[in-house]
Amino acid sequence: MEIKSDSFERILKDEKKLNEIVRPSETYLQDAWRRLKENKLAMGGLAFVIFITIAAIIGPMLSKYNYYSQNFRIANQDPSSLHWFGTDKFGRDQFVRILYGARISLTIAYVASLLNLVIGILYGSIAGYAGGNVDNIMMRIVDVIWSVPSMIYVILLMVILNKPDHPSADGGMSSIIMAMAISFWVVMARIVRSQIMTLKEQEFVLAAKISGASSMRIILKHLIPNSMGPIIVTMTMSVPGAIFTEAFLSFIGLGISAPQASWGSLASDALDGYQLYPLQLFFPAMAICLTILAFNFLGDGLRDALDPKMRK
Amino acid sequence: MLSFITKRIFSTVITIFVVITITFFLMRLMPGGPFSGEKKQTAQTIENLNKKYGLDKPVFEQYTMYLTSLSHGDLGPSMQYEGRTVNEIIAYSLPVSAKIGVVSMLFAMIVGVYMGVVAALNQGRWPDKLCMFISTIGITVPSFVIATLLIYVFAVKLHLLNAIGLDSPKDYILPAIALGGSAMAFVARLGRSALLDVVRQDYIRVARAKGLSRNTVIYKHALRNSLIPIVTYIGPLIAGVLTGSFVIEGLFGIPGMGREFIQSIGNRDYTVIIGFVILDATFLIVANLIVDILYAVIDPRIKIES
Repeated sequence: MEIKSDSFERILKDEKKLNEIVRPSETYLQDAWRRLKENKLAMGGLAFVIFITIAAIIGPMLSKYNYYSQNFRIANQDPSSLHWFGTDKFGRDQFVRILYGARISLTIAYVASLLNLVIGILYGSIAGYAGGNVDNIMMRIVDVIWSVPSMIYVILLMVILNKPDHPSADGGMSSIIMAMAISFWVVMARIVRSQIMTLKEQEFVLAAKISGASSMRIILKHLIPNSMGPIIVTMTMSVPGAIFTEAFLSFIGLGISAPQASWGSLASDALDGYQLYPLQLFFPAMAICLTILAFNFLGDGLRDALDPKMRK
Repeated sequence: MLSFITKRIFSTVITIFVVITITFFLMRLMPGGPFSGEKKQTAQTIENLNKKYGLDKPVFEQYTMYLTSLSHGDLGPSMQYEGRTVNEIIAYSLPVSAKIGVVSMLFAMIVGVYMGVVAALNQGRWPDKLCMFISTIGITVPSFVIATLLIYVFAVKLHLLNAIGLDSPKDYILPAIALGGSAMAFVARLGRSALLDVVRQDYIRVARAKGLSRNTVIYKHALRNSLIPIVTYIGPLIAGVLTGSFVIEGLFGIPGMGREFIQSIGNRDYTVIIGFVILDATFLIVANLIVDILYAVIDPRIKIES
């Protein structure tokens, strides 16, 4: 067959441009962030989380009150321009105590979630990647911990770690974090393991193996970054759980000890007189509810944004 | 099916054994013993008490002794209350907790499923928004806040119901709502999303095309297949509420297992603590087993691999 030159057409420069990729290609996280920004509830949650975190860090420094000085002449006051949230039965400013409470409650929630993340990722990725007998034994251990009501172990650990005769300077904060980290990491371990199990059979892992990558490198550089979506969602959702648990522990008298305050211990202190001063219970309860609500909205939004199946 | 159940029962027994062992040794790590309470006792008395309850023996011997008596179903004597056994304490407090638990779960299931159905059938309209708003509140507000609010409004302000005690059937209303509130909220959400999935399937269209009424289609065909996530969620939860809630029982002055457990931890009452933990764990593990078997009953499409 003869090819004639007139069956071809010269491409003009403009047409060449048509096929060019104009937009920069987006990475997974950029794409997720773009979709998260469209979700108003999730962005509201994120804004509140950032706001309450910053308020907890710098709020107490800006106030003229502190969380421990007592003044019985101004005990049990209603909210006023001097004391925005009123005062408690010792005349301490409630607004500042709630900000200090935010420090402790949020520190416990963040650090406990972070510890869960680290232990869960380590344990889950080793079990999932190794497979076979190692996986079997490791997951049986997880099953045993899973099958015991976690609150019971947190309570037992709190009693062991928090020695009443030697009260620690942080009011028992580190004991709560330890107890929660020991009891709650299994959730994360299960999620990471199931992610790793499905990912490790894929071709890019085989390619990495052929290129001579060590198991450590494959786990850290290939498997974990690819399972980041469910990990981030689980971590966001574990923060409200930690806030709840701290509140419950303080509520049954095993949590933060006076004069330190957490949201849970503030609520529990207010219980004695709540029939006369319901506002003293209202403010810490409100702080707990709003924060948990914000994290739930953020977590829901992240789940939608990070799930590749939701991509349009 | 049978081999699946035997296998699960076998692993259940091992799990419970491990739980007993861990709890037993954790207990011995606790600071303070059962006899170091407020009452001043001479060294001689404490020594005698330790001897009486076998606490002077090596820990491992205590452990084997405990296992032997446990195999006869005997959880041992209470170390704090003279003359009471752990079995007696459980026999007294478990029914109290279980009654409240059952009422609260019935409340959670009935109201939750109904809210889920209403929300799913009115997707995007105001009943949906209202139901989801209520369920968001149920999830985010801690139960002790719900409980105090209920007491404040209905007992203190309106004088409609009692705040403390369980003397008449009316007294179950407030604790049941406080205990079942968050479960109701979760059931409503799970029910809504599951039902929304199911109503789009072909067999629902077939049922409608046959001329069945709307209610028959929803309650007989659609709801049955939406129950799986709800059963998965509520099964372990029932085990939890039967053995009592620490917070709710404390607030409402209910002499159930949750309150006993907190007291026994404060008293370092070793035998009571272990007894309660074993019971709690057993309930939870058995509930999970039942949930697994129920799957096959509710949804014949799920085949249990043996």
